[in-house]
Amino acid sequence: MQPVLDVQGLTMDFGGLRALDGISMQVAKGEIVALIGPNGAGKTTFFNCITGIYEPTGGDMNINPPKGKPCRLNRLKPNVVTERGLARTFQNIRLFGKMTVLENVMVARHCRTHAGILGAITRNPRTRAEEREIVERSYLVLEKVGLERYVNELAQELPYGAQRRLEIARALATEPFLLLLDEPAAGMNPRETAELDGLITRIRDEEGISILLIEHDMKLVMSISDRIYVLDYGRMIAQGTPREVAANTNVIKAYLGETFDA
Amino acid sequence: MVDRVKTFMRTAGRETAKSALAALWFMFLTFPIVVIKVNSLEGTIEWRWMRLVTIGVGVFVFSFLWRYLMARREQGSDGERSLQKRIAERFRSDRRVSVTAITALSLFALVFPFIGPIQNLLSESLGLHFFVQFSGYQTSIMISALIYVMLGLGLNIVVGLAGLLDLGYVAFYAVGAYFYALMNHHFGLGFWAALPMAGLLAATFGVILGFPVLRLRGDYLAIVTLGFGEIIRLILQNWNDFSFGPSGIANISRPGTFGLDLTIQGNTIYLYYIMLALVLFTILMVNRLRDSRIGRAWIALREDEIACQAMGIDKTRTKLLAFAMGATWAGLAGCIFAAKTTFINPESFTFMESAMILSIVVLGGMGSVVGVMVGAFFIILVPEYLRAFSEYRMLAFGACMVLIMVFRPQGIIGSARKTYMFKREPAAQEEEERDAASA
Repeated sequence: MQPVLDVQGLTMDFGGLRALDGISMQVAKGEIVALIGPNGAGKTTFFNCITGIYEPTGGDMNINPPKGKPCRLNRLKPNVVTERGLARTFQNIRLFGKMTVLENVMVARHCRTHAGILGAITRNPRTRAEEREIVERSYLVLEKVGLERYVNELAQELPYGAQRRLEIARALATEPFLLLLDEPAAGMNPRETAELDGLITRIRDEEGISILLIEHDMKLVMSISDRIYVLDYGRMIAQGTPREVAANTNVIKAYLGETFDA
Repeated sequence: MVDRVKTFMRTAGRETAKSALAALWFMFLTFPIVVIKVNSLEGTIEWRWMRLVTIGVGVFVFSFLWRYLMARREQGSDGERSLQKRIAERFRSDRRVSVTAITALSLFALVFPFIGPIQNLLSESLGLHFFVQFSGYQTSIMISALIYVMLGLGLNIVVGLAGLLDLGYVAFYAVGAYFYALMNHHFGLGFWAALPMAGLLAATFGVILGFPVLRLRGDYLAIVTLGFGEIIRLILQNWNDFSFGPSGIANISRPGTFGLDLTIQGNTIYLYYIMLALVLFTILMVNRLRDSRIGRAWIALREDEIACQAMGIDKTRTKLLAFAMGATWAGLAGCIFAAKTTFINPESFTFMESAMILSIVVLGGMGSVVGVMVGAFFIILVPEYLRAFSEYRMLAFGACMVLIMVFRPQGIIGSARKTYMFKREPAAQEEEERDAASA
């Protein structure tokens, strides 16, 4: 079966600095793939390239959505990438703080709805129906991540763990086939991390959404990932199942440093 | 007991010392301009020591008051917000309150131009005297205030909702005004035909300005829009063949009355009602836009541009729409302004106007429709009615602005978000509470 995301030889240069050096990776349908590596390895840069925030210097990025036509991601604008079915969360939470929790999710329905200025001004039946649908669907998504009791609360007033989940809810509301999570467990306590583990697995099992995540919490990574890719200084140094990666000497070196007496 | 008296004495002593210091400092600062008066004709110096005492006492009292307010703000900012929330809640929950308030307001707005004649009638027949005598002057001021309400609501889309700091908003106002004036002068185009066209033309200018500034944010955007405003004004001032330069355009037709013959006073009243209707229309439109898919996209753009794009929102389209929709209202307002004054020249469209409209939005409360309206009435009417103290009115006005910004940085009326009700919600909450109780 063809992978839903296929990246070949992705390279990204910032001036003289090569942040990504010929990265290739695949994500299959319904797979949970983790991308790990020490700080500054280029993980977030990789996400930014895929989602169109950066334009990569070289390489090919292709998607093959379960429903819809295959297409090339290079040179697409971020909003078009989202429209094609890739949704992401951010490492440093980027919610719309002064909007309510429900509105945050409603914004994410933007790319699946169509009402324009005329619809907004005249409020014709079609716009009203669409608006109702936006509210209902957004509420359902909030229920799924367990935030329904905060609907009318301002996003900036939520507790930290809930803000992380709201980011995921917002990404889910764009109806993606591939969800990119950038350190979803950062700053969470063990109980919240366990809940997150359940949530991510549920998203995959119930909706068949593929997941690519960047994460530093090794317990979480090892327990939920089907496969792991390891980056270091912009290079792919290892890949494989959690067990293979954990035993890989390159990975241990990258994380713990060289041993001089070896 | 003794301890409490002691601490009280100590605090009082400290506060008095602080105020005394402030008073001394001010006395020192103002000494050269307030106390010394040099009479160059007779070569004498007059020492006005009483003034120094007045300043000292005044500053002493005022600094006490200031520190008291600051202390209250520090601890009680939540309380103040909840007061606004409580009022808003009351309006929302009790329909009678809101209906009464709105009815009273609209009745007042409707009879406003006739208060003067009614007063005249009463004083003639009954010999009554009124504290404020209403006249056509009041109606005329009110029209200006309504024009600014409209401008404020328009700029609120750009600045308050989409978060794009536009310092050249007056350019679109000028476009609307000059469009009607020139069309009327050359082709005799009537007000009612020109009005929608002025709006459309201003929207086009909004898009034209929007394109070059798409990549700019914050200060940079502000500077470029400021430049745009000045460019339009300078063109109008210097391109004599096109705009008649600084001498402006006179004898612009008043709004068509569909065959009715009106006196000047009647015309003012007529214009008042046109303006009232247009403001109501603007409020309706702006409200609808704010709670729509587009409105949410604007607010998302203001809150976080990158996240907004990641949600599938086209940044370019959304920004251009904001500029266009904001400019439309300025174009309409400009057309009315030209019809009201029947004479326009570039002097009416200086940067001062842009700053004024921006203050309306910021002072009233960014993103809040009611706030912008309150802001417009405040900024236009207060200086107008302070004319009696003409020398000090701008001083008082400035002090008011500073005070509001210090004590209510979110504006007079902060923006509130729409709340949604779900039938399932209470049930879910009950269940949760039961769970919590059993746990």
